[in-house]
Amino acid sequence: MENPIIVTLEKVTKRFPAGKTQFTALNKIELTFRKGEFSGLVGPSGSGKTTLLNIIGSLDCPSEGVATVLGKNISSLSHKESAELRNYGIGFIFQTYNLLPVYNVYDNVEFALLLQKLSGSQRKKAVMDALEWVGLADRAKSKPSTLSGGECQRVAIARAMVKKPALVLADEPSANLDSQNSHMIVQTMKRLNKELNTTFIFSTHDEKVMQYLDRIIYLKDGMVERDERKSEG
Amino acid sequence: MKRFLLKGVIKDKGRSLLPIIVVATGTMLTVVMYSWLTGIMGDSIRMNANFNTGELKVMTKAYAADADQFPNDLAILDADNLLTELKAFEPGVDWVKRIRFGALADFPDANGETRGQAPAIGWAVDLFSKESKEAGRFNLQESIVKGGMPANAGEVLISDELARRFDIKPGDTFTLFGSTMDGGFAFYNLKVSGTLLFGATGLDRGAIVMDIADAQKAFGMEGACSEILGFLPDTYFNSEKALAIKTRFNSQPTLAQNEDEFAPVMITLRDQAGMAEMVDYTDFVSGLMVFIFVSAMAIVLWNGGLLGALRRYSEFGIRLAMGESKGHIYKTLLFEALLIGTIGSIFGTVIGYSIVLYINIHGVDMSGMMQNSTMVMPSVMRTAITPTTYYIGFIPGIFSVILGNALAGIGIYKRETARLFNELEV
Repeated sequence: MENPIIVTLEKVTKRFPAGKTQFTALNKIELTFRKGEFSGLVGPSGSGKTTLLNIIGSLDCPSEGVATVLGKNISSLSHKESAELRNYGIGFIFQTYNLLPVYNVYDNVEFALLLQKLSGSQRKKAVMDALEWVGLADRAKSKPSTLSGGECQRVAIARAMVKKPALVLADEPSANLDSQNSHMIVQTMKRLNKELNTTFIFSTHDEKVMQYLDRIIYLKDGMVERDERKSEG
Repeated sequence: MKRFLLKGVIKDKGRSLLPIIVVATGTMLTVVMYSWLTGIMGDSIRMNANFNTGELKVMTKAYAADADQFPNDLAILDADNLLTELKAFEPGVDWVKRIRFGALADFPDANGETRGQAPAIGWAVDLFSKESKEAGRFNLQESIVKGGMPANAGEVLISDELARRFDIKPGDTFTLFGSTMDGGFAFYNLKVSGTLLFGATGLDRGAIVMDIADAQKAFGMEGACSEILGFLPDTYFNSEKALAIKTRFNSQPTLAQNEDEFAPVMITLRDQAGMAEMVDYTDFVSGLMVFIFVSAMAIVLWNGGLLGALRRYSEFGIRLAMGESKGHIYKTLLFEALLIGTIGSIFGTVIGYSIVLYINIHGVDMSGMMQNSTMVMPSVMRTAITPTTYYIGFIPGIFSVILGNALAGIGIYKRETARLFNELEV
């Protein structure tokens, strides 16, 4: 039995003002993502990868069309509702890690839970579990400045995963990492995808990442050029 | 969440230490500047009060009508009795007898012949009682140029300018010609104990300061005085308090209906020639200067808050991505501003108050800068400590930081979420 669809994009178009004209970043995108998918958006700069991730992540709204994420129509959500959707349903992993430098690893991961109504002990267990998943439980008290790039990205993964979201959006997560760390990071995410059945959507043009993806969606000029799925096994 | 924010404020020096230092500095300057300006302006009023007007003044009704001419024939006759009544009526006020007079000073040569004469304006005050604060009010000790304070009856202080004009030295004698309170001719020999320089032309031209008992003898005013002055305990002239005492005194049944021209009447400092304007002008100028200074500090601190919030746009992007709402980020920004503003204002007020207190006690000697001044101003400037001193610093300290952060925070709303979020990728 197939997993349920958690993201539906119906004729999603996004235009940005460019002087007196309008630039079309996304043009009638039709896509669905099922729970547990490990997929990626691939394409050159300006192809619309990040814009699409922003819409799926409820950070932006389509100019036309309907984007439904975890049962919510993105266009109809208020600021507060879209924040709630991100808080409970979506995790983000950034190219530049974006850890808060004044806080230690534990605090950075815990922050994602502070907005949820959890007790201190529940938060502590969840944070330590997340750090265990990425193999950084022993660095909980360390400051981000003392970690390597790979370790920082693993903290970012723990931060995205700690609230056990249904969907994780990763924007070029390996762009700042060397080859070995890139593999390690994607392997970690792949493992979490299998263990927790979390949906991962990447934006990437890194071959090292692409080889792990179950589904690759090629974007060009804001349109889906190809949508390829790897066969099982 | 509050613990998380506090941790951030404490650990991020750019977010806490620097803004707190800026706020504390601004607050401190505001407190000191306010107290300094209020003090200087207040000192001018106080000096006028000390020499001429008091903060309250009791005279006979007839004397009050021509007070500028020192009509001692209309003086208070049973002065000691009235003084006792006033002390019982309002014990918190320091009541003192004064005789004001205009006279002719006659300076003799070695043979006792007149060498020169000059008009003199005199103050007769209580110089010898232990509890008397009059010498301090006139700042006599610090104003003596030659000689010393009168130690015995018949000794007086004269202005240094007058002494130099007639080559008078401490120990020399002169005769004071005037009129008794009965309209007779009065002449009285006095010995110069020292010379005075108040630093104000009006006072230094021909001032004579003597003990009130000598003046009573010289002008046939035994048991009488020109006026009784009252001094409130407040550092700064308290207009409302003075008015309340005056109203209560004058409305006493024995006085309110009394048509006798020798019946006492009380007036306040504001009721005397030009003083209401001076008090209002002082309040206006000090208020204006404080407003300008507070506004300037508010702009500085507002900019500090603005820059502090702007440098955290990337952090806001992360927090938005984590699921925090814009409204919640905005509220935390204001919470942090309140926290930093309060801490900085408390530090600034404590430091500022310490400086204010020191200057209030020790004063700043400005006599070197005021040698040719014609204004009736004290040569030692002091800060004033008023209730406003305790909170004036909080106005720029808290409100401007909150205003700065609030304005910076509006940017969070104006920017689209995606744009703010994209600013992470710098």
